[in-house]
Amino acid sequence: MTTLAIEVSGLTKQYDNLTAVKGATFSVPRGIICGFVGPNGAGKTTTIRMLLGLISPTSGSARVLGESVSDPEKYLAYVGALIEGPAFYPALSGSENLRVLATMGGFPINRVEELITLVGLGGRGGDKYKTYSLGMKQRLGIAAALLPNPALLILDEPTNGLDPEGIQEVRDLLKKLASEGTTVFVSSHLLSEIEIISEHLVMLRKGEVVFAGPIEELLLNQKPMIIVRTEREEDLQKVTELAIADGHRASIRSGEAHIEGPHEWAATLNKKAFAAGITLAQLTPTLPNLEETFFEMTGGK
Amino acid sequence: MFKVFFAEWRKLRRPTLFFGTFAAALFFNGLITSFVYIMIDSPDGNSDRGRSVGREVLNLAGGSVYGFSSIGGLLGIIILCVFAAQTAQEYTYGTLRNLLLRQPRRLLLLAGKYAAMKTFALLLILINAVISIAISYYLSDRAKVSTDLWFTSAGWSAIGHTILNVYISVVFYAVIGITLGILLKSPISSISIALVWILILENLIGAVKPVTLKWMPGNQFSTIAQGGSLDISYSHALTLGSVFVVVALALSSFIFVKRDVAN
Repeated sequence: MTTLAIEVSGLTKQYDNLTAVKGATFSVPRGIICGFVGPNGAGKTTTIRMLLGLISPTSGSARVLGESVSDPEKYLAYVGALIEGPAFYPALSGSENLRVLATMGGFPINRVEELITLVGLGGRGGDKYKTYSLGMKQRLGIAAALLPNPALLILDEPTNGLDPEGIQEVRDLLKKLASEGTTVFVSSHLLSEIEIISEHLVMLRKGEVVFAGPIEELLLNQKPMIIVRTEREEDLQKVTELAIADGHRASIRSGEAHIEGPHEWAATLNKKAFAAGITLAQLTPTLPNLEETFFEMTGGK
Repeated sequence: MFKVFFAEWRKLRRPTLFFGTFAAALFFNGLITSFVYIMIDSPDGNSDRGRSVGREVLNLAGGSVYGFSSIGGLLGIIILCVFAAQTAQEYTYGTLRNLLLRQPRRLLLLAGKYAAMKTFALLLILINAVISIAISYYLSDRAKVSTDLWFTSAGWSAIGHTILNVYISVVFYAVIGITLGILLKSPISSISIALVWILILENLIGAVKPVTLKWMPGNQFSTIAQGGSLDISYSHALTLGSVFVVVALALSSFIFVKRDVAN
């Protein structure tokens, strides 16, 4: 048995004039939680669909649980997935929707009620899917993904529409599954979530993999940052200009200047700002978190 | 394939779909079958397109299923709409991706869907046949139609043949419905294109150039249900109808297997 849950090599998907995924190469070890991040349109969902045999790659290869994606029938019985939000029959109840999938996959029908309870839909399983809130639909989608008791769980934005309590529950569930040996491959735009739960990360940008490996490795390679707030917001631009003039990379995000530089340079910046007549409201040396790194690597703001 | 078959039936048996379809079919069945007997002496006719069907026809061994064979085309259109919608909805709801995760062998999935459709159609036809024959029997006295030959061996044979012909016709319609659902991925487009073609365009073209009716798919399917007509023989309708259906099956299977599921 291979030690890799997912193995992707040079995977490419080309639509007429658009390359959705360009030569993606990465691997995901078994038994871990791996985050899959990238800006909208980076190719995350296309990659996931290729891994699940829903769309064919234009070139390259991929293996899931040791089997080629060209033979999805060999591995999908051990894979659970929630792709691009939940999709169910509106006129059927939540439980009946799961029974359709359980019957189709040959899974025990009595597992349906267990899963309905597990995802917090106990008492509402008999209600029609169309009456569910967004959070309940998402919970049902997660239950459907858990039907096969999967060795690999692929979740595309699983916390969409969930309240903070629901997010916490999903986080705990994923950790529990990983501790029991399930590999979890999860895409999310909530980078803080990914940072909390994942050990491994695959980062996409414009269809290309810009990082694949342990999160720790990614963050350790990042340079320390200094976060600056000024008393007057219009002074932020001047602060970044001071930093750039001194040879530091700097940008403005969410009303803060993010400046790359060692912690000890913070005092120098303070003096320069004072000399330029700028009053600093905050000057915080920090190590970059995943969000910082994400913006850095994907070129976002 | 059995897993797919039973999973499909979980969807088909939901009350609004199941009872809605059966209620619609039974309503038209009752209406048309009653019309044949109640309007038997009407100068405006009592059958399809104002034709008159007299007692001499209804007295025959096959008289019990005359009404039923007349609604074969209509049952087919109802089934076409149901299965075009059912198939296209898998794309619009995005549920096809869930099904393919649980049954990645696409041809097997499609075969299971066809098998479920065939049993649904069979049930619809058997119930409608029983109701139509019951209505015919009930109204026969009032219409002064003799039922002496209806339940002889020749009568039962006619019932069997008619049910088979209507079944073939309805399944042919359903295959076209499923094919349109796969091709167009939209319930509204699939149903409207099918209805406009079968109910309007075929008739318009046929009115302008009657010879074309011999080559129109909808007309072949209806003719199969009726066991042949004055203008088109049963064997011609069955052969040509089968060709249409084989082409539709090949096309739908190819597209279903090869097309990326991106929604």
